[in-house]
Amino acid sequence: MNRDIVKRYISLRCAAWPVSFLVERRVATVSILLSVSVAAVFILSAGMGDLFLTPLEVLHVLTGSGEESQSVIVTTFRLPRIFVAMLVGAALAVSGAILQGIIRNPYVSPDIVGITGGASVAAVSFIYFFSGVLSIHLQPLFAFVGAGLIAFVIYSLAWRRGVTPIRLVLIGIGFSEGLRAVTMLMIVLSPMYAASQAYIWLTGTVYAATWDQVFTLLPWVVVFITAAFLYVGNVNVQQLGDDIAASLGSSVQRDRVVLLLISVVLAGAAVAIAGAVGFVGLIAPHIARKLVGPSFGGMLPVSALTGALIVMLADLVARTAFSPLDIPVGVFTAAVGAPFFIYLLYRTRKQ
Amino acid sequence: MMGMMAGNTSKVIGLIIGTLILIACVFASIVFGATDTGWQEAIEAYTNFNGSNEHLIILTVRVPRALIALAVGASLAVAGALMQALTRNPLASPEIFGVNAGASFFIVVSVLLLTITSLSQFIWIGFLGAAIGAAAVYILGTIGREGTSSVKIVLAGAAVTALFSAFTQGILTLSESTLDEILFWLAGSVAGRKLEMLLSVLPYMLIGLFLALLIARPVNTLAMGEDVATGLGQRTAYVKLAAAVIIVLLAGSSVALAGSIGFVGIVVPHIARYFVGIDYRWVIPYSALLGAILLLLADIGARFVVMPEEAPIGIMTALVGTPFFVYIARRGFAAS
Repeated sequence: MNRDIVKRYISLRCAAWPVSFLVERRVATVSILLSVSVAAVFILSAGMGDLFLTPLEVLHVLTGSGEESQSVIVTTFRLPRIFVAMLVGAALAVSGAILQGIIRNPYVSPDIVGITGGASVAAVSFIYFFSGVLSIHLQPLFAFVGAGLIAFVIYSLAWRRGVTPIRLVLIGIGFSEGLRAVTMLMIVLSPMYAASQAYIWLTGTVYAATWDQVFTLLPWVVVFITAAFLYVGNVNVQQLGDDIAASLGSSVQRDRVVLLLISVVLAGAAVAIAGAVGFVGLIAPHIARKLVGPSFGGMLPVSALTGALIVMLADLVARTAFSPLDIPVGVFTAAVGAPFFIYLLYRTRKQ
Repeated sequence: MMGMMAGNTSKVIGLIIGTLILIACVFASIVFGATDTGWQEAIEAYTNFNGSNEHLIILTVRVPRALIALAVGASLAVAGALMQALTRNPLASPEIFGVNAGASFFIVVSVLLLTITSLSQFIWIGFLGAAIGAAAVYILGTIGREGTSSVKIVLAGAAVTALFSAFTQGILTLSESTLDEILFWLAGSVAGRKLEMLLSVLPYMLIGLFLALLIARPVNTLAMGEDVATGLGQRTAYVKLAAAVIIVLLAGSSVALAGSIGFVGIVVPHIARYFVGIDYRWVIPYSALLGAILLLLADIGARFVVMPEEAPIGIMTALVGTPFFVYIARRGFAAS
């Protein structure tokens, strides 16, 4: 076997189980570096705010040996928020990576093709119709069902002897416009307090996140990112195009449905908790692809880490830069995402 | 492609019938609403004003509202028709091209951060925003490796719209006091505008509509494709630039006046082409007429759909337009 290829991979074998992985060195290095950055931002962010703590003090708090007052602020206010930002970022990034893989278009993301819009309508209608009537814990469920329903409708409308990626995107964009209108209708008609509440949520914010929300989000993100990993081979095949994928024995349409489902659940979960945080699903996969190449085995974990890092950083800036104003995190992801999007379009010209 | 009406005579008759329907819609818009008034009262308000509530409502609310819906509908539809001809993209329209989002963003910024309130300043800011939004989408849609493609422009439009609306929302969340009022404007509305507001943008709209008619013939040539037009001796750059200016005039003043009203610009030109074929000397006047009728009807609908409250008109057009958009997307790109 070619020595170079062998050198590029690290093999992980487990003695007790019949399991082994080949991990590309590059992917391993990048993943470790990103994980370290995530940890660093985590500690930094936990220390920043009205009460400033040094990283060392944060570590004391985390290990349970910090001061009482510091502990309270960090564990009840800051940590849940940071965790939510992390999970939301990872979920949106993986969701976007899968979408870009199956639609084979580098410019799509859950917010552009209407999945976020579906979740938004459902969540805002929850605020409008059931605020104070039903437990707020049911809001994620609503958002979820909304995202799934809309994805189903868009998918069926795009069906015409199979679903072509282009039709899926265009119909998704048309739908997200219509859904924006419905959302606005409910906001305009709802009483003042509910209106501003819904509006802030719509921009995407992790303000006042609680441990409850962390634990609501966690299982969905963990389970479905794992599912995405297990299904990774199919994305790689899909990227070759429908004809080649079919001739390789892949059942293109069925895989597309499964992958779309994973993508919808991840985006829906993120939107349910944090609102419509835009552009993360678009740019995180690109950064990942740039770092480790297009093969999904390495791309997915790197996307997840990149997405987590982006939202954590955006939230850190959003809550500290203009203190005491707490700006919705979605504004900052858009501020970073849009120039990046322009760069992407520009770069494709030079290739 | 020939339209439903083949001969010139039938097209002229169509225009006349359309104008009659338009007048009927204007009357309906003046008469129907939460406060019931009659035809007679509407006329008496002008001929024999008696200061009653009904007469006041007709003079200060209903008539301005009907005229604004008419002007905005015609402007947006013509802007959409020119965009579709220019880009040869069946989905092109002011809101897809980021014009609405750009103008909205700049106006919200200037209202909240620079505390500009006079409409005359509004308009220039609206034009500026419209031009920036449209330019951004057009440039983004054309710079890529494989040149301009319909899908790329639509994607670029969606991304630019997402960017502007995120910023608009971000600014709005910081100023909750004015949220309600601005939200209603943002969603697109022709309610509560005064006649003076219309009068200050009307010159731009009229100039835009007039120039659109003048430019129809070169646009016909351009619509056959850039290469064909160049081959026929057309200086395509000038035609494109002129069309762009007209689009900004029409769409910019519409947004300044009525906020972001979507889907008129995309739906109406298709209906117009269904009637009269692809000759833009006919498509443009028909678009203006049909756009005005559509918006008047949407505005009447907006008053009744959530009685006793009112829905913003932009929401009504979006609800009608979305199925239409999906239909075009399904049909138009089936082959590609």
